[in-house]
Parts: sequence; C-alpha cells; structure tokens
Amino acid sequence: MSKITVNDEQQEVTLPLTLTGLIKVNKVLQPDMVSVQINGEYIPREKFDSTPINEGDEVDFLYFMGGGQS
Amino acid sequence: MNFSGEQIERYSRHILLQEVGVEGQEKISNGKVLVIGAGGLGSPILLYLAAAGVGTLGIIDGDVVDLSNLQRQVIHFTPDVGKPKVISAKEKINQLNPDVNVITYHQLFTAENAFEIIRDYDFIVDGTDNFPVKFLINDACVLAGKPFSHGGILRFEGQTLTHLPGTACYRCIFNSPPPPDVVPTCAQAGVLGAIAGMLGTIQAAEVLKYLTGTGNLLTNRLLVFNAKEMNFRTIKVEKNHKCPVCGEQPSITELIETEQAVCELKTKKNQ
Repeated sequence: MSKITVNDEQQEVTLPLTLTGLIKVNKVLQPDMVSVQINGEYIPREKFDSTPINEGDEVDFLYFMGGGQS
Repeated sequence: MNFSGEQIERYSRHILLQEVGVEGQEKISNGKVLVIGAGGLGSPILLYLAAAGVGTLGIIDGDVVDLSNLQRQVIHFTPDVGKPKVISAKEKINQLNPDVNVITYHQLFTAENAFEIIRDYDFIVDGTDNFPVKFLINDACVLAGKPFSHGGILRFEGQTLTHLPGTACYRCIFNSPPPPDVVPTCAQAGVLGAIAGMLGTIQAAEVLKYLTGTGNLLTNRLLVFNAKEMNFRTIKVEKNHKCPVCGEQPSITELIETEQAVCELKTKKNQ
C-alpha cells in the first residue's frame, strides 16, 4: 500500500492507479463535475485517465457549491 | 472626513482596533461595495457591512421575499413577504445605520448591465445562488479589474475565495458552469440556515479587511468548510495559466449572456 493525501487526509492506495481510478476509490459523486489539483497543479479533465497517482501525492478534490441567494 | 461624536461612539470598537483605528474607519466610510443577491449570503453580508458603516452599499436582486426565505435570510422579516428584497434590505439598513447610502437595483445581474453597474464600486460580493451568474460576476470583475468575493453554500457546506486583479479567479478552479440541474442549488437540496451566516460573515470580514488593508485576504486560497464535522480548511489554488478568462490565451474577452434559473422551486417536475 502507498500513502497519499486526499483533501488533507491520509489515504492508503494500491499503485498503479490513475486519477480516474482514485476518483472511483473515493466514490466521488459526480466525477464529471469535480476539479482536481495534484500537488498544487490543476489536472485538465481530459487527462484524468492518463494521470498516474504517485506515492506521497497531495490530491485535492474541489466541488461546485452554488447556493446563497434564493 | 471628520467623524461626529456619535459616529466615534458608534464605531468605537473598530477604532479601538490597532489595525483599523480612525484611519481605517474612514476607509470603511469611504468604501463603495456592491452585493449581488440579497438572500442567504447577502443578508449577513449587508447587515455587517451596514453596521460597519460602509459608505455606499449597492444591492442588486430581482426577487421578492418568500416565506421559505425567512429560515436563513435574516435581513428580511415576516411582514416583508411579497416585498422586493432590495427594498426590504434597504429599509433594515437605513434603520440600522443612517450613515449608509443604499443604492438598489431591482433587477437581475446580466451580461448587459454588469459593467455599467460594477463600475462605480470598489469591491463586489457574490451572494448569488446559480452558476451562470457566479461565472458572470467572475468574468465581469476579472475583465474590469475589480476585486470580488466568491461565496457558495449547500446543505452543511460552504466555500469562498477572494479575487484581486492578478490572483486566481473562480474560473481558474472551475473552468465553466456545470450543466443545468447536475449540481443542485439550495432551493433543490436544502441548506442549514446558519451556514449562510457562517459564510456571509466570512465574506463581510474579507470586504472590511480589503477596505482597511488589514491582514491576509483569501486570495489564491479556497476556504471550504463542512459544518456537520465543523471542519475548516483552506486549499492553495494557483492562477491557472490555461484559465479561459485570466490565462495566457483567454477565450473569453467579453461577457456572454447565459440562461439563469430564476426560481428552481417553481420548475420542479412532477408536482
């Protein structure tokens, strides 16, 4: 198992794993809607399939939040 | 600006702060802030900015007060149901602090009126509830070089980011609006009332920090919190060189009108 950090929390994953795989492991509800940074770099959506996760990576899943007015 | 004895007393708790003082209070009193949306976020934002003595407060909202708003939109009271939100908000602000000049716009914020409206303000606050307008506020402020605060809430969660010219914008993180109805709004998914207060007061504090030049703003940092766990964190976000509005080769150079869902409650299916 390899250690990575997802949204500030330690996680153990089995490598090799792509970003798409990590999104599945984390049961992200709407994978098409999540913005992702790995080690502070934005990952374009079309590269989710080809981006490998490495030991020690810091991954942030950022979600849309739209409320506030009505 | 010379403060009267009454004003010195009114603002004494600001003036006592080393970081604010009389000078900082003068900056607040000379400040012009536009709040877009007089609802869940706009209510605490407007009340705190009015109490703080922000000289000019612009309020834009095309909606009227609904009974279902009162669970969290604390600037509106039960007798206000049916009244335009901008009028209801203005009445409370006038009672709270007669020093504040309130300018109301009972209309939607659109690509057509955006530049004209934001032109007169030092800082813009997003208190809206739908993505097309959030992106419109972002694009208008980035293109016009205006600082603004983004805010969003849903269920038990909130997020906010402050943008100054040259720092990461909303589009740097979230490239484009989600398709309609994919991401629920508060009207569809609900929100704990106090969450609006938690996030709105953070946005109001950012405005006062900006006006007085105090501390470190939430620039290049997205603050997210989950009130169920009462867990707060800030995520470092960089300016995205591929950003469609502030990146190296921007594809957005003017504002485009996008459809705005005016009231999702009334468009719910199978009712």
